[in-house]
Amino acid sequence: MSMRERARSAGAQITQRRNHDQTVGARAPNTRGEGYPMSTETLVSVHDLRISFRLDRDHTFEAVKGISFDIPRNATVALVGESGSGKSVTALSVLGLLPPENAIVDPASRIMFGGRNIVDLSMRDLRNLRGAEISMIFQEPMTSLNPVFTVGYQLVEVLRLHMGKTPAQARKRAIELLDEVGIPDPEYKVNAYPSQLSGGQQQRVMIAMAIACAPKLLIADEPTTALDVTIQKQILDLIAALQRRHQMSVLFITHDLAVVGEIADHVVVMRNGEIREQGPAKGVFETPQDAYTQALLQCRPRLDRRPVRLPVIEDFMDGGAHAMNLTERPRGISSGDPIVLDVKGLGKDFYSREGLFGRRRFEAVKDVSFRLPKGKTLGLVGESGSGKTTVGLTLMRLHEASAGEAIFEGRDILSMSQKQFMPYKRRIQIIFQNPYASLNPRFTVGHILTEPMHIHGIGASAQERTELAFELLQKVDLPEVSFYKYPHEFSGGQRQRIAIARCLTMKPDILICDESVSALDVSVQAQVLNLLQDLQDEFQLSYIFISHDLAVVKYIADEIMVMSEGRIVEIANSDEIYRHPREAYTQRLLASIPKGWRGGAKVESDPTLTA
Amino acid sequence: MAHDTVLNVPKRTVREVPHTVSPGLWALAWKRLKSDHVGMVSLAIVAVFVAMMIASAAGLVARDWAKEAGVNYAPPSFIGADVEAGAPASPAEPAAQPAPAGEAAPAVEYKSEIVDPLADALAEIRGGKKTAGADAAPAAGDAGKSVDPLADVMADIRKDATGASPAAAEARASTLPLGGDKWGRDVLKKTIKGSETSIFVGLAAAAVATLLGTLFGAVAGYYGKWVDDCFNWFYSVFNSIPYLLLILAVAAVLQQKGTLTIILILGLTGWTGTFRLIRGEYLKHKAREYVQAADAIGASNARRMYVHIFPNVSHVVLVQLSIYTVGFIKAEVILSFLGFGVPVDVVSWGSMLNEAQNELILGKWWQLAAAGTAMAILVTAFSLFTDALRDALDPKLKGLAGA
Repeated sequence: MSMRERARSAGAQITQRRNHDQTVGARAPNTRGEGYPMSTETLVSVHDLRISFRLDRDHTFEAVKGISFDIPRNATVALVGESGSGKSVTALSVLGLLPPENAIVDPASRIMFGGRNIVDLSMRDLRNLRGAEISMIFQEPMTSLNPVFTVGYQLVEVLRLHMGKTPAQARKRAIELLDEVGIPDPEYKVNAYPSQLSGGQQQRVMIAMAIACAPKLLIADEPTTALDVTIQKQILDLIAALQRRHQMSVLFITHDLAVVGEIADHVVVMRNGEIREQGPAKGVFETPQDAYTQALLQCRPRLDRRPVRLPVIEDFMDGGAHAMNLTERPRGISSGDPIVLDVKGLGKDFYSREGLFGRRRFEAVKDVSFRLPKGKTLGLVGESGSGKTTVGLTLMRLHEASAGEAIFEGRDILSMSQKQFMPYKRRIQIIFQNPYASLNPRFTVGHILTEPMHIHGIGASAQERTELAFELLQKVDLPEVSFYKYPHEFSGGQRQRIAIARCLTMKPDILICDESVSALDVSVQAQVLNLLQDLQDEFQLSYIFISHDLAVVKYIADEIMVMSEGRIVEIANSDEIYRHPREAYTQRLLASIPKGWRGGAKVESDPTLTA
Repeated sequence: MAHDTVLNVPKRTVREVPHTVSPGLWALAWKRLKSDHVGMVSLAIVAVFVAMMIASAAGLVARDWAKEAGVNYAPPSFIGADVEAGAPASPAEPAAQPAPAGEAAPAVEYKSEIVDPLADALAEIRGGKKTAGADAAPAAGDAGKSVDPLADVMADIRKDATGASPAAAEARASTLPLGGDKWGRDVLKKTIKGSETSIFVGLAAAAVATLLGTLFGAVAGYYGKWVDDCFNWFYSVFNSIPYLLLILAVAAVLQQKGTLTIILILGLTGWTGTFRLIRGEYLKHKAREYVQAADAIGASNARRMYVHIFPNVSHVVLVQLSIYTVGFIKAEVILSFLGFGVPVDVVSWGSMLNEAQNELILGKWWQLAAAGTAMAILVTAFSLFTDALRDALDPKLKGLAGA
């Protein structure tokens, strides 16, 4: 089932909404009460939920292994876990959205909602439930909205089908809803197509659709993962405010504990289909009992500390037998550092066709200058569209620069011909964001590692290259058998190590990490960051570390360059920029970083919600 | 450089690492295909046909397809000797055989048969049972010559064309397994021999068309810009001509009939579908990160195009090849039926259907049935196999993708 289909069945199924109007009417007066005490009444009770998936005729995989938890009325429950923990599967089962052809829900499982067991409900009853009483928002707003209809049409559709409103009423309500979720100019935007809205606005429209029928439970499946940090903050605030205003319960699914710290009342930590720990947010954040929860809280780089090595899950899981090196690592550059790469006035224009013969120029990067010292890391941060990735790709000449020069070993690598650039090519390498996409699925790891050596004539014979590949696999902590395997047999973190090993085969001087750890789980992220750090210490590599995750950049970078709309906003030593940001843009960026648990201080007011 | 000194991990030789080679994507696809019952049955049927074709081409079976093994229009054995049309023929033959003794006998018989193949039909139209007399009369005597002055010439022509000597036509069966055609040739053997042409033409033309389409599509999709524009222009012009007209035009230009010609016709006109498909795949794949990564490690254009991208689109090519084979088997039949196909001295399912067109008037349906059924079974099996192949190669289409 595609994301869009799921969104539709969750939000826009035909239901006999009139049956429920009474309950909504009865609930309405309560929603005004301020400081309404959190109810201890249970809305959803999940008991001994077991879900397995058919792999083939004889094998099944148990994704959820008998978990139990409750969602109280008018509360936010966060379901936290890394990929493969079964958190999304659990959420889908609450909506009855698991694909029936290969998902098996154990008949003994119970998901009690309003006195009924969702596991036993017929398709028809489930449809009546979805959208009206339980609704869901997904990770990717762009794929969940239908691109050929206006957002107004899609909202009106939900309202007419579920609430039985007339077209005029529905349209009026749609505009109200858009206003409520903080879309500016709702009368105008109601006629906009999804592609005309930004990612954050699209997610707001999704939320408007989800709350259109005043559901009792809102399931949010990683609703902010695909968004920029500043937008993430706004969406989190919006969900929290709507939850309080409509007295809904929210089941918030995320891989990042820091995100839920600000909004969750209860936290459920899952791993490998089991619940490791659950309880009120205060307890989970302040005195985590389970080693895994402790690890999750510790693995993520923090803004206030910078240990020499980040702790990883294993440090906790075996009872702390590993000596954790938590001494501070000094960062920063000094004027005496030898410079590897000197970039002056870099610019990159893109052209889009306009009219019959016209072209429109779009300046993705404007007048960017920086110097990269040997053995140091330059962090490149900014929101999406700020041109940070373009800088990286232009330096690698995967895009041709429109202006400026980059001096490497006394020569401008941007102006030389492709042929002249060839020997320099291997000296500057890149690690891409998505390790699932950057390795050719039809090549064995051995092939992937030996190919660049073959192209650049590194190693005299195939035998020598193979041996070098084995050494590099050891270096990135992968077993030697990996040499004979295909990328699909590895996890995300392992694949990223393979990608790193591939770069190392060419013995580069500069490594560009383009969001290289953004797609990884928190614990794996720590491992890869540690690996990058070790390699830098060992080989004196210089990194250009591009990321939207400011905490990660803070940990790894010596110097940070903040970019916005293709220009440099601010460039300074990393500690300096976090302690004393000079520009307003930098300050706003820093304020958006999820702070984790803040002593239960839930967001009080949201400026976007003042109607 | 500097790293050599740092990488002082103890040297190991490659052979020391114990390993089992992981199944590649092809192996996994084969595993999926094996669990698809319909696909495997289809594959088995296709394999039988291909084996038949190879055996026929190697001369192991149906070598003597042109031999007149039975009486003309011998009915299939499961029906039994024809009572209505066959009965009169039976007395005619014994009558003919003993009459002229020695070496003259076959010749006479030959002529007698040639005289008027439509006699039966004619008689039937005129009024049934008189046929006996009408047929027997010229057969019995030497009156054949007076009826058809060209009989001798015809005999020579037929001798050249079919290679069947009159002497070979001695003992002629009254029924054949799947019946006989108008010369009394075994329809079963003709069908087997015909598969040789039809399947070979289908496979070879599909190979030519897929190769051209893949090559053009890869270049156009990979390089994009003006190269893509050029190919697209060429494609549009090519596609603007009605398909059948194009085939006729190529057929007219190539002048000579033959298996090779028809392969060329189908191959040269059929590449457009693959071109669009492969071009789209290349457009999609060249923007993928693994291709960018290949660029980053310094892989040349040709290397990225063929070593990196091609294995990732090869399943599309394979499925396309399979679809084309089905289409071209049918196309060959249609072309031969229309008379643009293989020459008369080569048998194919299409030419069999063409002959059957006339026979059907006489109620001799078995040639049509044999060629039609053989083609239908093969095409259906091949199509089902193509579906199974696509599911196996791209399991996402079936909605069974893992997380």
